[in-house]
Amino acid sequence: MNNNNEKKYIRSHEPVFWGLFGAGGTLTAFMTPVMILITGILVPIGLFGEGKFNYQQIHQFATSWYGAAIILILVALPLWHTFHRIFHGLHDLGVKQGRDWQQVICYGSAFAVTIFVLTLLLQMIAA
Amino acid sequence: MANKTIKIEILRYRPEQEDKPSPQLFEVPYSPDLTILEALQYIKDHLDSTISFRWSCRMAICGSCGLMVDGVPKLGCKTFLRDYFPNKIKLEALANFPIERDLVVVMDDFINKLEEIKPYIIPEDNTKCLSDGPHQQTPEKLAKYKQYSMCINCGLCYAACPQYALDTKFTGPAALALLARYNRDSRDAGSKQRMKIVNQEEGVWGCTFVGYCSVVCPKGVDPAAAIQLLKVESSKDYLIGMFKPD
Amino acid sequence: MSKRKPYQREVSSKWWLAQAFYSKYMLREGSSIFITLYSLILGWGVFRLSQGEAAFNAWMESLQHPSAIIFHFIALLFAIYHSFTWFSLAPKAMDIWLKGKPLEDKLIVSGHYIAFIIVSVFCLVVIL
Ligand code: SF4
Ligand code: FES
Repeated sequence: MNNNNEKKYIRSHEPVFWGLFGAGGTLTAFMTPVMILITGILVPIGLFGEGKFNYQQIHQFATSWYGAAIILILVALPLWHTFHRIFHGLHDLGVKQGRDWQQVICYGSAFAVTIFVLTLLLQMIAA
Repeated sequence: MANKTIKIEILRYRPEQEDKPSPQLFEVPYSPDLTILEALQYIKDHLDSTISFRWSCRMAICGSCGLMVDGVPKLGCKTFLRDYFPNKIKLEALANFPIERDLVVVMDDFINKLEEIKPYIIPEDNTKCLSDGPHQQTPEKLAKYKQYSMCINCGLCYAACPQYALDTKFTGPAALALLARYNRDSRDAGSKQRMKIVNQEEGVWGCTFVGYCSVVCPKGVDPAAAIQLLKVESSKDYLIGMFKPD
Repeated sequence: MSKRKPYQREVSSKWWLAQAFYSKYMLREGSSIFITLYSLILGWGVFRLSQGEAAFNAWMESLQHPSAIIFHFIALLFAIYHSFTWFSLAPKAMDIWLKGKPLEDKLIVSGHYIAFIIVSVFCLVVIL
């Protein structure tokens, strides 16, 4: 407690993570249901014709620069949203131990997957 | 309509004689136009004069009669027995605050937070003299903050907020809504000082947008919206701060 | 001497079960677990894609397993719940004023739903 000087205010870096959370959350809200419907349900039960969603088609898409960008965003951005929620969810559940580590692991996972997918896409484009 | 009654269970706490709260059951005459506050007054007048609770205006404007009704934060004077009858009603002191005695809570932390956000107009400069007349404001400019100025400091939103429950360092809904009220006022120039409070971890960033504060608020203040908009402001402030650190 | 002895109530770590509103909040936050897993499945798919046709087809085949379909079905429900909550809360994070009046919440929410339907139909048509 300091009596005479003003209280020290410490700026949080949360805006960075909140920005990514918001972008990912919006993308997820608009895109994830239809994506799951397509890749998780309609394609596996064979509702699309044989020529659709096959290796050639997807590979061609993934090796175009815009296709690669779309795939990166669709796969990685939601993770910045979800891991943010998981990090805060742990606090909600009263997991108090090692908040620093929880933070590193949560955002680190989102970061790692982003880099992983980015590297794969760049490799495919280069090949 | 002969002599209907309703059961009211109150979580009592008498610090001079017990270590923790315990419930006590009362039965009071029922009528559809009675409020919880009137039922409490009936209990105090006729059944047990030792019961403690706060009230003043009886018309949802002083903000002193907040309590938990069946686990939901409510104003006693704005909540009617008819909405619970014939079921038993459970009353408890406002959640997330320490209990002083019976239904009375310690609100010091809440009041300190309201004071901390500088809840007064900070004019741009002191050059304007009283004789220059009032600071003019258009109805549009008033509309920008009016809703946030309706707060009666009842604390229901703090009782509704799990983030405040988990960590009382969080500035909390009403104080942040009040902060927004002054930051959004065209006559005020204190935003820069107040953004320092907003930008902290304990400022808006303690909020995970549960949104229950806005549901329980008896005056339609919508603190959750105030906080979301302040998060946007804080993010802008963060970006500006990266290029122009002060 | 003061007899004051304020009583501090404990917060149970199961507070979110006590009130339906809180439980719904936790469900909303919990949607993130399923969406995380879904993203990881897709990320894995990109990895298999980079390994060539045989690997990619094996990944596609693994998605046909009944447990995979059940998972995706549950994930779909959570994702839709996320969209629903996201759209309903959207007006609170927007400060749009037209002619001195705030834009009505209903308009913002329905605008989101219309965009959602357009995006979904567009995706289905493009893939089909
Ligand atoms: S914002 Fe609403 S609930 Fe919170 S203290 Fe003010 S009037 Fe009460
Ligand atoms: S007695 Fe004043 S708000 Fe209820």
